[in-house]
Order: sequence, then C-alpha cells, then structure tokens
Amino acid sequence: MPPLTPQRRNLVLLLVLGLGLALMPAVASRYYIYFTALILVTGLLATSLNMVLGFGGMYQFHHAVFYGLGAYAAALTLNKTALWPWLGLLAGPLAAALLSLVMGLICLRLSKLYFGMLQISLGSLVWAIVFRWYSFTGGDDGIHGITLPSAIAGITGSYYFVLAVTAVCLFLMHRVITSPFGQTFQAIRDNPERAAALGVPVRRHQLLGLVIAGFFGGVAGVLFMAVENSVFPDLLFWTLSLEVLVMCLLGGWYTFLGPMLGAAIIVSLRTVVGIYTEYWTLVLGVILMLLIFFLPQGVLGYLLSRWQGPGQPALAKDK
Amino acid sequence: MEIASHITLAALGQQILVGLSRTTILFIVSSGLSLILGVLRIPNVSHGSLYMIGAFATYSVATLIGGTTGFWLALVLAPLLVALLSLVVERGLFCHLYEREHLMLLLFTFSLTLVFGDLVKLVWGSDFRSLSLPPTIQGSFTLLGLPFPRYNLFLLVLGPLVAWGLWFLTNRTKIGKIARAAAVDREMVAAMGINVSWIFAAVFCIGCFLAGLGGALVAPTQNITQGMGHAIIMEGFLIVIIGGLGNIWGALLGALIFGLTDAVGILVWPQFAIVFPYLAVVVVLLFRPRGLLRSTW
Repeated sequence: MPPLTPQRRNLVLLLVLGLGLALMPAVASRYYIYFTALILVTGLLATSLNMVLGFGGMYQFHHAVFYGLGAYAAALTLNKTALWPWLGLLAGPLAAALLSLVMGLICLRLSKLYFGMLQISLGSLVWAIVFRWYSFTGGDDGIHGITLPSAIAGITGSYYFVLAVTAVCLFLMHRVITSPFGQTFQAIRDNPERAAALGVPVRRHQLLGLVIAGFFGGVAGVLFMAVENSVFPDLLFWTLSLEVLVMCLLGGWYTFLGPMLGAAIIVSLRTVVGIYTEYWTLVLGVILMLLIFFLPQGVLGYLLSRWQGPGQPALAKDK
Repeated sequence: MEIASHITLAALGQQILVGLSRTTILFIVSSGLSLILGVLRIPNVSHGSLYMIGAFATYSVATLIGGTTGFWLALVLAPLLVALLSLVVERGLFCHLYEREHLMLLLFTFSLTLVFGDLVKLVWGSDFRSLSLPPTIQGSFTLLGLPFPRYNLFLLVLGPLVAWGLWFLTNRTKIGKIARAAAVDREMVAAMGINVSWIFAAVFCIGCFLAGLGGALVAPTQNITQGMGHAIIMEGFLIVIIGGLGNIWGALLGALIFGLTDAVGILVWPQFAIVFPYLAVVVVLLFRPRGLLRSTW
C-alpha cells in the first residue's frame, strides 16, 4: 500500500465525503436532503465570494447581489420565455457575470474600503429595483412556482443537480485559484504595488476575478432557485452578503474549503437554534463577536495551523 | 408605472421643502457616520441600528412622559441613551480591536447590528410604532400658497445648527483638533502624551449620538419599524462616499443631493423614486470617484 501523504489523505477524505453525499437521498429523509442541498448552495456562494475576498483581498461587501440576480434571471427566463429550460438556467450566471463586470468597472476606480462601500451601495440599488418593479419581478412577493426542467423538479432530482453542479464549480474554482492567473491574483492581494511594478495589469486581473466570482455566485443563485422553486428580494439584500462574509471568516478565508465549512456550520446552527428561539440573529451576532475576538483565522485555518504546525504561511495582515 | 407629465411649480417648490427636511435627517445621520469614518477609519454598519434605537427610545420616552415636554425631552434623552450605549460597547468591546484590519472592524459593527436588531425586538416587540407630534407643534403654515408643516421648519433650522456645531467641535475645540491629528497619525499623537483611546471613544460616542438624534427626529414623521435602520445605513454610506469620506461638509452636500433627487424623483416617477438618488450617486462618482470634497483619508 502506498504511503499516506497529505495529498492522498485529502483525496481519500474527499472521495468518502462525495460518496456519502451521493448516496444520501437513498437513506435520508426529504428534510435532510433539502437541508444538505441548502448547505451546498450556500457553501458554493461563500466559496465564490472567497475567490475575491480571501484570494483577491478585495472587499466585496455585497456579493449576494450576484446570487440574487442569478436566481431572478434564471427564474424570469424560465417563466417568461419559451427558451429551452436548460439554456434558461444559464441566463442566471451570465446575468450575474455581466452585472459583476459593470459594477466592477465602476467600483474598481477605488480600492479597499472605498471599493467595498461603493460596491455595497450599488448592490443595494439593484436590490431596490428588484424590490420595486412589481410588474416584472413581483416586488417583495418574489416569484413562486417556477417551471423547472422535469429532471430537476423533484427534491431528489434537484439535490443531484445541486451536488453535481457544486462539485464541478468547486473543481473549476480550484483550477482558477491554482492557475497562473490565480497565482498572479494572489500576488496582487499581497502587494498590489509590487505586482504593478512587475508589469501585471492589476485592474484587469481584478476585474476578471470579480467577473468569475460573480459568475459562480450566479450559479449558486440558480441552484437555490432549483431547490426552493421560488425567488424573493431578500436573496440580494445586503444583510445576506455580510452573513456570507461571516461564513468565509468562520471557515477561514485563506483556505479554499473554509467557506464551505463556514456555510455548513452557519446553516446548521440556524436550523438548530431556530428550534429553540426566534432570536437567531442575536445568536449569530454573539458567535461573530466571539469569532473576531478568539478565532480570527477561522475554524479550518485554525485546524490547519494545528495539524501542520508552525511554518504555515502567516495569515495575511492588512495595513 | 406612471410618469408625471405636468408638474406645477408650486408642487415642485413644496416637494423641495419636504426634501430639505429629509436632507436634514440624512445629514445628521451621515455626519455621524462620516465622523467615525474620518477619525476611527471604521464603516460603522451598526449606525442604522442606533438610529432605529434612537427612534424607538424617543417613542417610549415621549409616550411615558407625555405632552409637549415629553416630546422635547425625548428628543434630548433618546440620543443621549444611544450615546451611552455606544460608550459601553466601545469601552467594553470595540476598543480592544483597533489594531485589527478594517474588515474585522466592519464585521464587528455588523455583529452589533445583529445583536441590536434582536434586542430591539426583545424590548419593543416586532410591531411598528407611530408617534404623533404634540398638538402644540402640529399644524402648518402657508408657503407659496401650499401648506408646510411646522415640524419640518424646525428640522430646517436644526440641520445647519448641527453642521455648525460639528464644524466648531472639530475645528475650534481642543478635542476636535486632537481627534483630527489622531486621524492622521495616531502614534504621533500618543507619543505627545495624549490618551488616544479616550479620544476615539469620545468621537465614536458623538458619532453614535448623531445616529440617535437622527432617529429621534425622524420618529414623529414616519412609522418606527424594525427595518428602518437597514435602509438608512446604505443611504448614509452613499452620502458619505459622494461627499468625501470623513468630510462634514461633504456629508452636507451629499445629503442635499440625495434628499433633493429623492424628493423630485417622487414627483416625476413615484414607483422608482428610490432609483433617482442612486443614479445621482453614480453620476457623481463617474466624474469624481473619491467624492465631491476632499476626503480626510
């Protein structure tokens, strides 16, 4: 038997996890299938945010706007056009990527906190339009009863759809991060001036990073729509964005799978806490405070630094 | 979706006056936001929640004491209560985090938003409240042949007063000068033997006081709801951005642009009035990405 190197160990872990997730609908109840799908969708959203946040060092404060827009674009295309439904689903990520491009062009004239504040404000404008445009988006009611392709209309079908798409997206995002583009992107995060001095077109890389993240955010939105069979304006409200940011922080935003773990923890906690009390946001607020004070590198970041000992890359510091 | 085709001059004039009253509240809230941004370098997301607490507290004090005195007393007490709350949070928790990166500070203020939101639900319940003006302040006078509420006139007078007060505080008082110096070079100020930590606490408190004051002033003009803080914080951010981060006059200018485009927008296209101020913001930022006036950053 070959020696168990960390790479092999990780591969085995991933395979076991994947197999478990693939077999889940056979054993678990309908509720747990839905619950797992929700974790995967939210995790995909958090991972897509972390592409620009953790690996790009960009303060994308309002990422949920791409999630929501993706969900709405797909829902509207499915309900209002006679397009082949699978093609309609593609409208989600494309619309999100386009919005990301436009917002990026405006916001990238600024950096860091300025960028983030402008981004969250422009995202709120999109929310306001969706919220008010009753005749087109359904306003605050949202859109219910979306005609999905029959293969993914049921809970099991939509679960496998979510699982497959999430797996493919995670693989693709990992490829992006480890590609030369991804390496340059991280170099820009660590030292934009030096990267620029080396001849890297910083803005263009950042813009591309934003578009990619927006695209995958849109994919997550479409998946949510497929699971929930409805869309509503809360999907692109700014509090959701900050909640997703918390997931990245909780999991550890200098790790690739951290945000997925953070999403799993938050979504599970919300469900469990929700049974006992209606004050979930209070609990979330306290968790966030504790996290900031005691575990700023996140759960996965902490575990990795424990397992692999010192010598791990120091967590990037701002300033 | 109906776009008004003919707008009378008188209606426009009245709408502008209403817009100016709205501007006052926007200015007071965003000047507090700007002050904290300028000195402490923190986008205080919980500013909207403090505004909401200010409004709820005004309701409680005003109905508890009752009458005209109760109302005026509430306008004073509610912001002070908010300031006290912010002082406790700042000294107890926030002051240990100043060395952290911006993102952590922002997330900390977000955690405050979450906690405050549910605390308001615990204390006041989830129903909305409405506070009516005491009879002595009710009523309106005629301007250009159209009625204009007296309370709005009060707001119009108060706005410039607050602006002047803030200018005086930051430019003419010792604490203001130290705060401005600390914003530029914190360590240098500390090396002069000045306790910067307490200066920051004071600035944070004053900023939050203004959030509470904004909430108190808005209380009699609209329903006091759980979500009212969520809307104002985004508007506040935008105003601060187009004005220039940390610049008090910028906040005034930004609030004017925001309040007036909103008021005129309601006249032109009621359903999408909310879009007009945002469009104004985009236009401003396309030409001046760092805001209209000089940022203190």
